[in-house]
Amino acid sequence: MSTSPSDWEVVIGLEVHVQLHTRAKVFASSPWGFGKEPNEQVDPVVLGLPGTLPVVNREAVEKSILFGLVVGASVPEHCSWDRKNYFYPDNPKNYQLTQKDFPVVVGGQVEIELPGASRNVMGEHKFIRIHHAHLEEDVGKLSHAGSGSLVDYNRAGVPLLEIVTEPDLRSSAEAEAFLRSLVAMLTQAGVADCDMEKGQLRCDCNVSVRRRGVEKLGTRTETKNLNSISSVRDTVIYETARQIRELEAGRSITQETRGWNAELARGYVLRDKEDAHDYRYFPDPDIPTLKISRETVARLTKLVPENLYDRQRRYVEKLALPYTAASVLVNDRALAEWFELAVAAHPTNPSGIANLVANDLLRDLAASAGAAGSFDEAAPAQVSLSSCLIKPAQLAGLVKLTDDGVISKQQAKEVFAEMFKSGQDAAAIVDAKGLRQNSDTGELEKIVQEVIADPAVAKSIAEYRAGNEKAINALKGPIMKRTQGKANPVLIDQLLRKFLG
Amino acid sequence: MADALHTLSAAELGRRIAAGTLTSRALCEAFIVRYKTINDKVGAFTHLDEADVLAQADASDARRKAGQGRGPLEGIPVAIKDNIAVKGQPLTCSSKMLASLISPYDSHVAERLRAAGAILYGRLNMDEFAMGSSTENSAIRKTFNPWDLARIPGGSSGGSAAALAAGLVPLSLGSDTGGSIRQPASHCGVVGLKPTYGLISRFGLVAFASSLDQIGPMARSIEDCELLLNALASADARDMTCFGPSDRALTPAGDAKKLRIGIPKGFLGKGVAPEVAAAVNAAIEFYRSQGCAISEVELPSADLAVPTYYVVATAEASSNLGRYDGVRYGHRSATAGTPVEMMTASRSEGFGPEVKRRILLGTFVLSAGYADAYYVRALRARAKIRAEYLAALAGVDVLLTPTVPTPAFKVGEKASDPLQLYLEDIFTIPANLAGLPAISVPCGKSGHLPVGFHLVGAPLSEAKLLAAGRLFEAAHGYAHQQAAL
Repeated sequence: MSTSPSDWEVVIGLEVHVQLHTRAKVFASSPWGFGKEPNEQVDPVVLGLPGTLPVVNREAVEKSILFGLVVGASVPEHCSWDRKNYFYPDNPKNYQLTQKDFPVVVGGQVEIELPGASRNVMGEHKFIRIHHAHLEEDVGKLSHAGSGSLVDYNRAGVPLLEIVTEPDLRSSAEAEAFLRSLVAMLTQAGVADCDMEKGQLRCDCNVSVRRRGVEKLGTRTETKNLNSISSVRDTVIYETARQIRELEAGRSITQETRGWNAELARGYVLRDKEDAHDYRYFPDPDIPTLKISRETVARLTKLVPENLYDRQRRYVEKLALPYTAASVLVNDRALAEWFELAVAAHPTNPSGIANLVANDLLRDLAASAGAAGSFDEAAPAQVSLSSCLIKPAQLAGLVKLTDDGVISKQQAKEVFAEMFKSGQDAAAIVDAKGLRQNSDTGELEKIVQEVIADPAVAKSIAEYRAGNEKAINALKGPIMKRTQGKANPVLIDQLLRKFLG
Repeated sequence: MADALHTLSAAELGRRIAAGTLTSRALCEAFIVRYKTINDKVGAFTHLDEADVLAQADASDARRKAGQGRGPLEGIPVAIKDNIAVKGQPLTCSSKMLASLISPYDSHVAERLRAAGAILYGRLNMDEFAMGSSTENSAIRKTFNPWDLARIPGGSSGGSAAALAAGLVPLSLGSDTGGSIRQPASHCGVVGLKPTYGLISRFGLVAFASSLDQIGPMARSIEDCELLLNALASADARDMTCFGPSDRALTPAGDAKKLRIGIPKGFLGKGVAPEVAAAVNAAIEFYRSQGCAISEVELPSADLAVPTYYVVATAEASSNLGRYDGVRYGHRSATAGTPVEMMTASRSEGFGPEVKRRILLGTFVLSAGYADAYYVRALRARAKIRAEYLAALAGVDVLLTPTVPTPAFKVGEKASDPLQLYLEDIFTIPANLAGLPAISVPCGKSGHLPVGFHLVGAPLSEAKLLAAGRLFEAAHGYAHQQAAL
């Protein structure tokens, strides 16, 4: 649903702030994490005590470079940090260390997939260019309590990668798809966890509109601090409609910084251009320019996982998976790799394995764990395979038993449920439950002939021979009864046709 | 004998302690007695924790008796400028802003001194946040020149120099951003060394201008200065600009008589007091008589040094001092209001006028629309000055000039003329801009006031500076000189 009339085009650029997955803070050795008591995760450096100095956390730089490699950016020979000066109590030094002139990531692009006509149909793919990404420090949190204010510096100094796109996005749906794709890439490479409920991913959204066909960009507004994909989508829809309304009424758009009230589902003005801060940027004299060695880049390149959509194309084209199953699997790197281990153990039926993983396994894992929160509340729940008792080779064994006709598809569901509970091999469950199908041709021929000879089925035989295909099914019941339901239904069908033919 | 301890060198005191003829406790008690009788006249110290000093001394004596002495500084008191963090001690920077701050951590140099067995002995007065050349900008107290109590000791490490000249301590630490070790050393007749930028960790040094600041040793002789330097230089992963100890800087240089000495053209001309010029010219003649090659060198951009310095240093200071806002520590205004109003009021009340002047100047030169004309141009000028100094030092080993153009002036004499005061550092500033090592060595008197000469060397040429100083010192009577108080 778009609120923009077709003669207007919306242009969107995003600045995505992602907390990197590191043990220590970006310029201090203090650890960080979620759910600690206020000001528990601080040290003299984090608090900016007099005389303390920043030291760049290698792990944070390497995670940033890894992101660059994931999006195909060029990794610069060096990067450096600048001071962004402004006064606010959540900012321990009253300057923020950021990268203005020489960021750690330059360029790159993120492939996105727009929704298809239905869930079974793949939508259009596009590439969104990344302008750059810079590594900076997060600030603390100021809260107001009674007559005073309280500040918690646990978050101060947490490594924050700010990913800035080119203004390549053209709809709220594209913005959503971009963020979903970005989150998948960040999490799959282990760069970030992107947990929205923990504030690990926040977004500034630049929106402008222009008449279709006009090249010049319209005046943009920036809505800051959006902390979910839905609020980005809603902001784009709201801001697009507001700007078109203003322009159509003959008014102009003011370049301004805006906020978003998710409860009221409306934006508001934070400050206009006149009030813009003068941050007095200058190179941080405490951090020398950092050289990024080609050895480091080569080492990190080995850690880049297969691209989400390259994997999806491979599943559909090489493994002949249905799009629906492929799209579910590639969304979760661990799940996809689990699936591939199973395929390696039983390479002849990837679809059979994919269906069990994408449907049965995911459903049962979600039901047993309860889904964790994510930045994208509409996305499939990320489940943890760590608690999964079934090993990939065991699942392959189950599919192989079905493919070999040892058990029926119906029995396979029952065996799967037992495997999920106990972690036993499929064959052991089949044996223990006595589920193994009777595929002994000699024995079954005898039983089939006995049943055919039974006068009780003579009428059905006559009908079948007269051309009523379905009449043959009436003979299968008695055969199943004599074999306690274990007769291989495919074999019985063949034998019946042979003897009646 | 105890009453003469304050006249001895740190090296001699160390030898006596090592030999067991002197205890650290006896030494520290003697200095505490002297502190009680003299410090109020001189005002060098802002704080001395006697109980802590004696506890350290007893621990040192116990170590030595157990055969675990840590070297030549074992048991020797070292006084520390009040902008260098020592755990559990005040870290005021002589500012109202930090008057109540007790450091919760040790600077790297404090750790090094403890590892060397030294006694961390008291806090020394300074210009507020190291901004000044007279120690008159201290918000805590005045410090007077021990050679003439009506005069300033220099600054900003005025307490560090005055404590040595008054025999209040055998060794001290200063910090030098534009001359803050060397200028007071010259005015007080002691030795002060600013090392190559990066030789000594700045971790725990309260930043004034991060790209210029260095901690350095101060003493009454070259030998003592070298002892302290060797203890301070070591690698430190907490300061990314510190490259750690260097054999080149610390290995004693060869024959000082073979040093090639450059005399920058025009530096002994206008603005240099005749007595200062005479003392420095005598030093040049001494080196010539020893066989050193003396030549004139050109430093055409030298005039740019002071204006360049006041742009770069104030720009960095305006940002470095941003953290003092009353939120986490330090002075907090009683004025109620929003957090930002509280921060503004705290800064207005907590900083003195010179600090405010420099913050405003630095804020201006970094502002949108002005940064290119001031800050960016200053960086270019800085690069040019560094290139000229390095080029000059490719042809000579050291550059010799006066340390300060004139002897110590009277308290209050220049207080109302900041521009005049800024010229005190005209000879010392280039070494900071270029990151070069430099030393001030006492070389005479102007009347009763000490005069020093200044040597600048190539990066990591500390050993040459010390060798040159030693050669001069051995032939003159200025080592261990103290004012009579």
